Amino acid sequence: MRFLASIGRGTISTFATIGQIAVFAGIGLYHCVRPPFYPRLIVQQMIEIGYYSLPVVGLTAIFTGAVLALQSFNGFGFAGEATIANVVVWGITRELGPVLAGLMVAGRIGAAMAAEIGTMRVTEQIDALTTLSTNPYKYLVAPRLIAAIAMLPLLVLVADVIGVLGGFLVSVYDFGFNPTTYLKSTWDSLDGTGFVSGLVKAAVFGFLVALMGTYHGYHSKGGAQGVGQATTNAVVSASILLLLFNFIITAVFFAS
Amino acid sequence: MTAPGDAPKISVRGLHKAFGTNEVLRGIDLDLPAGQSLAVIGGSGTGKSVLIKSIIGLLEPDSGSILIDGEETLGLSPGERERVTRKFGMLFQGAALFDSLPVWENVAFGLIQSQGVRRRDAREAALEAMNMVGLDTDIADRSPAELSGGMQKRAGLARAIATKPEIMFFDEPTTGLDPIMGSVIDSLIVKSVRELGATALTITHDMASARRIADNVAMIYQGRIVWHGPVAEIDHSGNDMVDQFINGRSIGPIQLQVAV
Repeated sequence: MRFLASIGRGTISTFATIGQIAVFAGIGLYHCVRPPFYPRLIVQQMIEIGYYSLPVVGLTAIFTGAVLALQSFNGFGFAGEATIANVVVWGITRELGPVLAGLMVAGRIGAAMAAEIGTMRVTEQIDALTTLSTNPYKYLVAPRLIAAIAMLPLLVLVADVIGVLGGFLVSVYDFGFNPTTYLKSTWDSLDGTGFVSGLVKAAVFGFLVALMGTYHGYHSKGGAQGVGQATTNAVVSASILLLLFNFIITAVFFAS
Repeated sequence: MTAPGDAPKISVRGLHKAFGTNEVLRGIDLDLPAGQSLAVIGGSGTGKSVLIKSIIGLLEPDSGSILIDGEETLGLSPGERERVTRKFGMLFQGAALFDSLPVWENVAFGLIQSQGVRRRDAREAALEAMNMVGLDTDIADRSPAELSGGMQKRAGLARAIATKPEIMFFDEPTTGLDPIMGSVIDSLIVKSVRELGATALTITHDMASARRIADNVAMIYQGRIVWHGPVAEIDHSGNDMVDQFINGRSIGPIQLQVAV
């Protein structure tokens, strides 16, 4: 009986949390489209999410593209420019670009959002916003959601280019492929649906990372330990949701 | 205390609030006439913070009534709640200054965000408010983290008065300050409230502060108001709980759960 009760409690708690996150997301999105807006805060978040994430996303992409080319070359035995270019461009634009950029941003930005908002919660700064007639969802949540949804596709675009460059460098300087032929094969391999699916994934991942960062920060309690827990929860939940939605979006685009 | 026919600025009736099985407020009744300063005293965990947060709208009470200028504030829509909140100014226990903004922008926050004042004009108003609380305007562009505890409290007070609120709330205004700085903050509170003609509600367990700030004192114990009267009468209240609290005696009707 005790075992069944604990399963029941866990199930109820899980559904309650999902409900709370759904309500939080609904209110956050509502404030994204309803004025007044805070353009200064949105731009500030765009710079934080987009510009300052460029080095980590770029480094991840270039090494991933290089490794993809290396593994494909070794895995397929002898393979020509067309095969390697095809594997790299498909792998980067459809999956690795958006997923790795999303995971990197979840670690960097999701954690920062949860820590900042969590600290504001435990030091009563969020209460202070309310007493100053400022809606915390509008001031704290909406600018982060808007900025993350807008910047992740741009970051993935950069990751795609740099990832393909990584594959190009290994193919040309290690395998001795002809650069012109490799670039032409890359261009020929690029398909619109795959590329667009990667950008759609990026926008969804941006939303998920910002949602988890703001949700866990907003609901943190119990001082420094609570903020630390919120930060961990934000990164872990964003990463899991990101991989789940990656599967769902891939299924929607390519199931047939 | 309230003249016949005059609605109190704040009127609380039968306020209840529980967290799970922990019943914190058990039927609070309280009137605060316009222009008066009331200090709610009581030990830790007696419900002072929950009371003030319920009145401000940061917590939703389980039952009861809170009237501000005769208007029921429980169950208001977010827009209506925002209209009522514009009447408020609050000094938080830890000042609650926004880390991401310089001091002047903290002080001007309510003017810029809720009153739509232009940044240049808001800065002027912020510097004026900082002057009122004795803050050097040279620190206007500094980060709150660079200020001492006393200066942070002053900046928090400047933020609370910058919008010229009708009702001011003070949450443990002297906690964490040395006695001299506590006295300075109390004097600034009295001066600010008088100059604005505001109604003030303070929660504190610092009796010296309560005597300096308040016209009237209410004592809260186990979620109920057990005594309410003029500050001048507190030493002769005839209430054993008040006597024990203001004299800091460990023996008396107030039982503390202390593990020895």
